[in-house]
Amino acid sequence: MRALSHYLLPALLLAASPVHALEFNEVQTAKSSIVFGYRQMNVPLTGTFSKFAIQARFDPGKPAAAQVRIDIDLSSIDTGNSDADEEMPGKLWFNTQQFPTGQFVSSNIKALGGDRYEAQGKLTIKGKTLDVAAPFTFRQEGANAIFDGSFKLKRLDYAVGEGLWADIATVANEVSITFHFVASSKK
Amino acid sequence: MANTHRYTILAIALHWMVAALIFCAFPLGLYMSDLKLSPLKLQLVSYHKWLGMTILLLVLIRLAWRATHTPPALPASIAAWQQRAAHALHHLLYVLMLGIPVSGWLMSSAKGVPVVYLGLLKLPDLVDKNKALGNALETLHASLNYTLLALVLLHIAAALKHQFVDRDDTLSRMLPFLERKP
Repeated sequence: MRALSHYLLPALLLAASPVHALEFNEVQTAKSSIVFGYRQMNVPLTGTFSKFAIQARFDPGKPAAAQVRIDIDLSSIDTGNSDADEEMPGKLWFNTQQFPTGQFVSSNIKALGGDRYEAQGKLTIKGKTLDVAAPFTFRQEGANAIFDGSFKLKRLDYAVGEGLWADIATVANEVSITFHFVASSKK
Repeated sequence: MANTHRYTILAIALHWMVAALIFCAFPLGLYMSDLKLSPLKLQLVSYHKWLGMTILLLVLIRLAWRATHTPPALPASIAAWQQRAAHALHHLLYVLMLGIPVSGWLMSSAKGVPVVYLGLLKLPDLVDKNKALGNALETLHASLNYTLLALVLLHIAAALKHQFVDRDDTLSRMLPFLERKP
């Protein structure tokens, strides 16, 4: 009984508490997703980018030292509609021939309290770079870290949907980006 | 005193409203489906869906009217087989007036673009998103529409024949000002 309380209990408590020394630095893209939401004639729709690469390091105990860089292959867009998928790489939308990649590079990651954090950084799409801030949550599931967050952007700030598509009464200006990243710790 | 020679004002109004809306929704659907993707196409598709849902609502009211009223009898001069044919045609028209908007609604759900009525009211999805089902429903929706076109032409031809060839009071049941005074 004494041995249990002296050795086993502290060991259990230690196992249950977050391991602050652990740094999550390998994102499992196959288990991760980047979803965008928008409104078309006020109809809520979603789509995804299926191809992206992420370099990240995140230790929940040291958010200030965390870094993330996300490169999205914009031609991997899936709007759920084949006509729209054909339209998206075109000049008026992403112009993927000239700007194949969308990129987010963090400049500062700060703790908001509890399991909440915020990633601030620069988002570059179609040659335009703007500051964005994305709040997210962090939780540990077994050996994996799960990051879930979202933020909103205005597509016209990045000239996504030019010319006749600049009509935001048909396709709304506001686009929500929702991300779900699963990361493990590479020793 | 009930007038047994014509439909009620409500039934007449519903008939002509639905007719007018079908005459908008049908060519609109035909035109928009061949357009290449553009904001105009997205707008027209939405308008088409709103027209379809309005038709569905009005047809449900018409069915409620039918359930609670007896339509005015056809002139006795019309042969029995023609009366049976007329009733069968009316039943088919109701089946299509319900089936076409519902097939369009199902198609919207299957294609993953829900119906937001008048841009305000999001209608529930009837089925989950499914590309193959969406394409099948598109074919069904078009086929039902061509069937409706054929039956509506027959319906109009029959009404005109009774008005101008038989010169009986069939059409005046739906257009009272045409009634021939005995």
